[in-house]
Amino acid sequence: MTAALMLELRDLSKSFELHHQHGARLNVLRGIDLRLHAGECVVLSGPSGAGKSTLLRVIYANYRPSFGAVHVRHDERWIDLAKATPHEVLEVRRRTLAYVSQFLRVIPRVPALDIVAEPLLQMGVDEPEARRRAGDLLRRLNVPERLWALPPSTFSGGEQQRVNIARGLIARRPILLLDEPTASLDVENRNVVAQLLAEARADGSAVLGIFHDEDMRDRVATRLFPMQALEAA
Amino acid sequence: MSALLQVRGVSRHYGPRIGCEDVSFELHPGELLCIVGESGSGKSTLLNTVAAQLSPTAGSVRYRQRNGGWLDLAALSEADRRRLAREEWGFVTQNPRDGLRLNVSAGANVAERLMALGMRNYSQLRAIARGWLERVEIDPSRIDDAPTSFSGGMQQRLQIARTLVTQPRLVFMDEPTAGLDVSVQARILDLLRRLVNELGLAAVMVTHDLAVARLLAARTLVMQGGRVVETGLTDQILDDPQHPYTQLLVSSVLTT
Repeated sequence: MTAALMLELRDLSKSFELHHQHGARLNVLRGIDLRLHAGECVVLSGPSGAGKSTLLRVIYANYRPSFGAVHVRHDERWIDLAKATPHEVLEVRRRTLAYVSQFLRVIPRVPALDIVAEPLLQMGVDEPEARRRAGDLLRRLNVPERLWALPPSTFSGGEQQRVNIARGLIARRPILLLDEPTASLDVENRNVVAQLLAEARADGSAVLGIFHDEDMRDRVATRLFPMQALEAA
Repeated sequence: MSALLQVRGVSRHYGPRIGCEDVSFELHPGELLCIVGESGSGKSTLLNTVAAQLSPTAGSVRYRQRNGGWLDLAALSEADRRRLAREEWGFVTQNPRDGLRLNVSAGANVAERLMALGMRNYSQLRAIARGWLERVEIDPSRIDDAPTSFSGGMQQRLQIARTLVTQPRLVFMDEPTAGLDVSVQARILDLLRRLVNELGLAAVMVTHDLAVARLLAARTLVMQGGRVVETGLTDQILDDPQHPYTQLLVSSVLTT
């Protein structure tokens, strides 16, 4: 049996029009076609400036595509995020699509444990269960228990990144978008992340990510998707 | 999911001057929507018109009641409008002194809206007021103090308790954190974020602060010169603004 198709990009393009820079136009993506299946981990490769992060953000609907389609399997139907209403996008993000960026966007005064548990609460898991699972995941990622009750704004870069990964992976959404989630982690913690990704894939999640570290890339990737910077238009 | 509030083509003019012009949006239950823009962009006029405190020059505002029926706000009598404001809505003003009764105690400020709904048991009212003071992080031993003896941040938290105590379905907020110190702001924003989640209420919030919108609202409307120039997901509007005015707003934010 072939694995289910989860995400399909068709002829996707993205340019930025900068109205206050004399109408300058930056073409970042052109004609991207990509198919991602359950259980796969596709790693975007290419030099910086090739549009890898932009592509992930377009898929997450954080950026609006200029042209083309972002088809996502949501429950058992397909939704084109390029055309979806904001409410539909929010629903897809809540249950289907997770995005882990390099940096944790810190919410003032919210403890690390609650930040990690939040996606589960949004999916309807009850609070004690959500907090227990958040604790288990933070423990696996070697975030010391004495930090759980504190807001992560005072944590080290590596600790914040692990909180961010925990928040992104806890709800086991079927599609994971990862933008350099291991950039400031030590070897031990990279191993934990590689292990978590293997578990997510075995569970049927489809992963699309950026990993600059070659060792990490070789460990997690089932396939590479090469990208190149566009010539200036 | 069905909308809770439906705003269609709403305009409000002041004589020949435009307050807001041809604004449409929907609000769903449990959703917080931010209206952003500079001063004079028509944000507060829009908020007051949608909250039936100003009557629209054109367009309609419809609200879905607890029983599922739609109410056209323009067709309501003044008495019905007051009933709605008392029983199903809340309004948080920028200056807490406008939303509080300054000559009665903190506890009475919280209890008053419950009494307006018919609750009479004194010890019960007092217990609820105490609980809400704690919830908004005001020391419950201050229950008999007048709000004039409170700091600005405490007054704003008291106004939030007074508004939310009746568990309204829909809350309107006009710059609830403007004019407060940054540390006080963070506390109130976190509080609002938590309460909105816990109570599952819907809210429309006016703010000139894009960081506030990012923190609280999944969706945002951007206004300029009385019109909505851009609308959509908050993170999309802030990270990939399309309209020249939104690009200017976003690029003008100081980052630390």
